[in-house]
Amino acid sequence: MDGLINHRLYKKENKIVRFSEETLKRIAGIILHYPADRKKSALLPVLHIAQQELGGYLSVDVMDYVASLLEIQPVEVYEVATFYSMFHPEPVGKYLIEVCQTGPCALCGGEHILDHLENVLGITNGGTTSDGMFTLKTVECLGSCGTAPVMQINTEFYESMTKEKVESVIRELKEKDNQQFQETRWAELF
Amino acid sequence: MGRALLTENILIPGIRDFDVYRAHGGYVSAEKALKEMTAADVCREVTKSGLRGRGGAGFPTGLKWSFLDRKTERPRYLVCNADESEPGTFKDRYLMEHLPHLLIEGLIISSFALGVRSCYIYVRGEFKYIIGILKRAIDEAYQHNFLGNNILGTGLSLDIFLHPGAGAYICGEETALLESLEGKRGNPRIKPPFPAFKGLYDCPTVVNNVETLAAVVPIIGMGGDAYAAIGVGKSTGTKLISACGNINKPGVYEIDFGLPVEDFIYSEQYCGGIRDGKMLKAVVPGGSSVPVLPAGLMLNTVKGEQRLMTYESMAEGGFETGTMLGSGGFIVFDEDACMVRNTWNFTCFYRHESCGQCSPCREGTAWMEPILKRIELGEGKSKEIDLLVSIAAKIEGNTICPFGDAAAWPVASAIRHFRDEFEFHIDHPEIVKNIEHGSIYKYPVSSIQHPASLR
Ligand SMILES: Cc1cc2nc3c(=O)[nH]c(=O)nc-3n(C[C@H](O)[C@H](O)[C@H](O)COP(=O)(O)O)c2cc1C
Ligand code: SF4
Ligand code: FES
Repeated sequence: MDGLINHRLYKKENKIVRFSEETLKRIAGIILHYPADRKKSALLPVLHIAQQELGGYLSVDVMDYVASLLEIQPVEVYEVATFYSMFHPEPVGKYLIEVCQTGPCALCGGEHILDHLENVLGITNGGTTSDGMFTLKTVECLGSCGTAPVMQINTEFYESMTKEKVESVIRELKEKDNQQFQETRWAELF
Repeated sequence: MGRALLTENILIPGIRDFDVYRAHGGYVSAEKALKEMTAADVCREVTKSGLRGRGGAGFPTGLKWSFLDRKTERPRYLVCNADESEPGTFKDRYLMEHLPHLLIEGLIISSFALGVRSCYIYVRGEFKYIIGILKRAIDEAYQHNFLGNNILGTGLSLDIFLHPGAGAYICGEETALLESLEGKRGNPRIKPPFPAFKGLYDCPTVVNNVETLAAVVPIIGMGGDAYAAIGVGKSTGTKLISACGNINKPGVYEIDFGLPVEDFIYSEQYCGGIRDGKMLKAVVPGGSSVPVLPAGLMLNTVKGEQRLMTYESMAEGGFETGTMLGSGGFIVFDEDACMVRNTWNFTCFYRHESCGQCSPCREGTAWMEPILKRIELGEGKSKEIDLLVSIAAKIEGNTICPFGDAAAWPVASAIRHFRDEFEFHIDHPEIVKNIEHGSIYKYPVSSIQHPASLR
């Protein structure tokens, strides 16, 4: 099934992608959470792991690999990957900044936080900085409306944002560039 | 007022850990249920308690459990809905973050009552750190033999598995959630068959909200009758309300059902009044999907009675003058908030989140959103207000799942109660065009005040 190869967003590069042995072991454990004939149930957790450990987005190669692991058709992976907003069809920056734009955040100044991020980073909503460090994106309610306005950087919450906080967060991330941003591994969560 | 059945111990340092939770009366209800009661006893207490689903619909939990098909040989499943994506709602996150063991205890008791051996907790993917917290708590519960085989020597076995979402509001709808758990797109199923007969993997399934399952713990602890004695009428017990918007003290509050809305908004114990001393303009009391009410109708019903925080009182007056308690996502708007802009914002949300299966929902939201945008930007035409009303009416009731209604109600209710504001936008484009809101919706910046505050 090569259905998406010529899609605008999806290009098959025929790269060899493979999880580490350790990750494969963890995935085997996740598959056991579901009935033996329902391996496909592990698709969402495995896609999270794949996106995190195999390049930061879901390329066709990665999706095809996941399909083979779960013994399902590639198209079953494509249709799921395109449905859920946490899966990226193309590369994103090292830090993915997702600003909530839904009502409660907007009421508390969320729109200005986006404004300010655009100014500070010099990109517009949806863009990535030329050094590949930051991608800026708007998202819907993050379930954190009591501490609005809210954003996430690589699924970590940044709450009660102000213009000053925006500046200091970005400054810190730039300074820490050579260190690893402490991110939980999806593979270790289940 | 202000009894804390769920959140009593939430501020105790370390309560997230098994030992501390246990030392403060944790797992006592689970022991009681498993050792001293039968499954039927537990179901009876839950029915007697009058507990209603806390996920939004308010369906009686005991009744839902009684529908579960127990005749079949196939496995039965309990699925905990921790997708929490309804704008304005953040109570389940609060509960899971601080009291993961309360949810696990609730799942143990409920699984015992339902004859379930495998539970899934479906947590929205953005709550990745919550998955970590729950994982740790589940591991602890296994270590202490509250999960696994032959729990506490009672012969009962139970596994709890965590499953992540990946950013789709619709997966909170129970059948979409089941599809998602099966590794598919979150497309809601046509009902019937209901999950009680054909749910996860076509097996009998109960889907309950996090708060509902947590409430089973105090119900078993105190007895169904004692729980039912709290509250008013068919709204029994306590409810977590997540309050946000233009208030002094946003946060999650556990209230007894029956608290007057006015007390909730203005007392220091809860929201602490409107921010910056402003006036209350409107409230969406149950998450973005329920109708918005203007201040007057929010505080008092048309009959002139105080409106209370109960399912019944919120609904008093029907959709003409009432609303719904929903998920308890209490969004407060002050006098400066623009109802047109907010309606547009909510409609952007529904347009983005529609799963796209039904034409009325998919096309209707995609039709209303640009109209609302035009009106908000001062480019609307007066006949478009009625057009919006008519589109909303055609979505409502004509879709596979209640998402369609949820997309229609905010628009219909905003126009019902704030029609003058929509008309203002259409009649005064020169003022509307020059208001500063920031750039999410990109348009010119100036210092002119918003018409909402000129009212
Ligand atoms: C569009 C839509 C979104 C929903 N989102 C949620 C949600 O995020 N969390 C939740 O518990 N219930 C949600 N529900 C309600 C569920 O379908 C279901 O009624 C609920 O999980 C049942 O649990 P309860 O009886 O304990 O409330 C949603 C319903 C709809 C129609
Ligand atoms: S009402 Fe909307 S969300 Fe629900 S099934 Fe239809 S298209 Fe999907
Ligand atoms: S509206 Fe932004 S977190 Fe809910």
